[in-house]
Amino acid sequence: MGLAAVARGVGAHRPRLVGAAALGVALAMLALAVPFARERVAQAPFAAVQGVLLVVAATAFWTIPSDLARRMRKNPLSVVGFAIIAAFVGVAVLAPILAPPPATSRDPYLIPQEGFASVPTPPRPGHPFGTTEGQYDLYYGIVWGARTAFRVSILVIAIAVAIGLVVGGLSGYYGGRVDEAMMRLTDVFLAFPSLVLAVTVVAVLGRSLTNVMIAIAIVHWPIYARLLRGDILSVRGRDYVEAARAAGAGDVRIIVRHVIPNAIYPFLVLSSLDMGLIVITAAALSFLGLGPDVGYADWGTLINLSRTWILGRPGEPFAYWYVLVYPGAAIFLFVLGWNLLGDAFRDILDPRLRGAG
Amino acid sequence: MAVYIARRLVLLPLVAFGVTVLIFALLSFLDPAVRAGAFITNPNQLKAIDSVIRTYGLDRPIYEQYWTWLREVFRGNLGWSQTARMPVREAIAAFFPGTLELTFYAFVPIMVIGVWLGTAAAVHRDRAIDHVSRVFSISFRSLPSFVWGLLVLMFFYGRMNWFPPGRLSLDADLFVRSGQFHAYTGLMTLDALLNGQLWIFADALRHIAGPALTLTMISIALLVRVMRSSMLEVLGQDYVRTARSKGLAEPVVIDKHARRNALIPVITLSSYTIVSLLGGVVITETIFNFPGIGRWGAFAAQQLDIPGVTGFTMFVAALTVLGNLAADVLYAVFDPRIRLG
Repeated sequence: MGLAAVARGVGAHRPRLVGAAALGVALAMLALAVPFARERVAQAPFAAVQGVLLVVAATAFWTIPSDLARRMRKNPLSVVGFAIIAAFVGVAVLAPILAPPPATSRDPYLIPQEGFASVPTPPRPGHPFGTTEGQYDLYYGIVWGARTAFRVSILVIAIAVAIGLVVGGLSGYYGGRVDEAMMRLTDVFLAFPSLVLAVTVVAVLGRSLTNVMIAIAIVHWPIYARLLRGDILSVRGRDYVEAARAAGAGDVRIIVRHVIPNAIYPFLVLSSLDMGLIVITAAALSFLGLGPDVGYADWGTLINLSRTWILGRPGEPFAYWYVLVYPGAAIFLFVLGWNLLGDAFRDILDPRLRGAG
Repeated sequence: MAVYIARRLVLLPLVAFGVTVLIFALLSFLDPAVRAGAFITNPNQLKAIDSVIRTYGLDRPIYEQYWTWLREVFRGNLGWSQTARMPVREAIAAFFPGTLELTFYAFVPIMVIGVWLGTAAAVHRDRAIDHVSRVFSISFRSLPSFVWGLLVLMFFYGRMNWFPPGRLSLDADLFVRSGQFHAYTGLMTLDALLNGQLWIFADALRHIAGPALTLTMISIALLVRVMRSSMLEVLGQDYVRTARSKGLAEPVVIDKHARRNALIPVITLSSYTIVSLLGGVVITETIFNFPGIGRWGAFAAQQLDIPGVTGFTMFVAALTVLGNLAADVLYAVFDPRIRLG
């Protein structure tokens, strides 16, 4: 079992993947052929495309034959998680088609504004999710916000894993004083609630999306460092490592061939659970007004804009429900998808942890 | 065990030192005029910023600056907070009781409901209550606190008008400031009881319910899952089978034999929960406009009130370090199986 096996499985069974895609296309054509459905699709193209993508992703997932995939498939929650993430990947990839930026736009991540009136307007054709404060189109913001979410979480994980690999690798491999120093360093970073440290870093560096990513990476790397250190420590004394060493393998070879392959799955589990957490933290910083400027396609910023309106009008407490519910649902589903996937990964890869957490 | 705890205590100043270095390293990104704010104790000094820069040697080498800064921190001078319009130390003293009160009203339901739901889910494994607790726990783990908080505000204030934002209603606030009300602790509900003013108590409780509910739901998920798995592990132990086989009633087995032992990891987790609540108040207090250190910290960050942000951060870090120490000590005390050293 392994990712390589999954990849080989995908390669060997390409026809089924094509079949899944064909099913999706067929569904889309069916939707366009039936007048009633066509009307609905025109009203909410986002939801329709998401539905189609969900079906395609789920079918594709179903056809990947391998041990890992078979066990993932048995767990319905992991299937749901996978489908949600696949749908978000689809939305992020297809953003220019789902929500084409206006021809005059200089940056597609800037949400087009329909006038400058402050009062939000309800969903209607042309604005399927309505517009929020400042007449920013919610549908556009959510579609391109999916891209922002992936960009932020992937970049943050890349930075955090890179720092974690260096610090954890040095710590676990050399042990002794180096280990002690590195672990006290992680202690210092873990001495803050993560959001508090991130808020401070952004406040000092200045507010922008880049600084939000830097701040979250600074907060998240110690977990990866500790994980890798623990893995190295547990692998170091194993018989097969001793055997490799006896056979004349050097440090680098042992790390690359024996330590890292054993540490990949815990890293995978941790980072899939971390994806959700990173997006929550980034959105929280945007919500506090420390993220990108107003008008940037970012879920946290959209929710920040909703704050003035959630109490509605006198006599109509839910008059502006859409300004909170749509971006809120986007974040919730995104994080839920990663959590379901991460939990399933963990259950399959580490039966001892089954049911915990 | 004494050795283990002693070791942790020795490491404590080391981590505290590291925290100050980290904060100072962040501060050194800023230009001297902004950093001088950390040494200012009253608004008049703002006009003479150049002389403050010279007095505190902000044009000197970085390590000298660090010692100067650290000396001021140890004297308790954390600078002047523009957003609170008072010295940082006084701002912390003014805002912390509110946060403490809020943390308490979130912590109690978290422990009670968490332990109850976790036990129920383990005892009735794979039955309805177990599935409910599972869905509940993954949903609230995935729901960001600001979305949930805004939904709570939308429904319980906007629709029902039960839990208004802020700390007190206008009339209650006027009464508290009128001189007839003595603030013993700064904890509004406790002070109200000590003054014998039940209506203030009810009003304070109404205001704290919204943010407390938000914090509770967001933080409870982890506790439920840990309690459930710990309980499942204990239920499989020999002594539980013995208790059952000698004919003890099931409630006795659950309450007396199983639950008590299953609580060990939960006790350790409780201090971690308090730490995570201290992080959670930043968002929750901001949403509910609840005057505590979290709202002040967030506002200071938005307004680039650097002394305010760093003072807030160092204070929270100190609490976090103590909380983590408490968790380690509790773990060592309650679980004799832990390998010490």
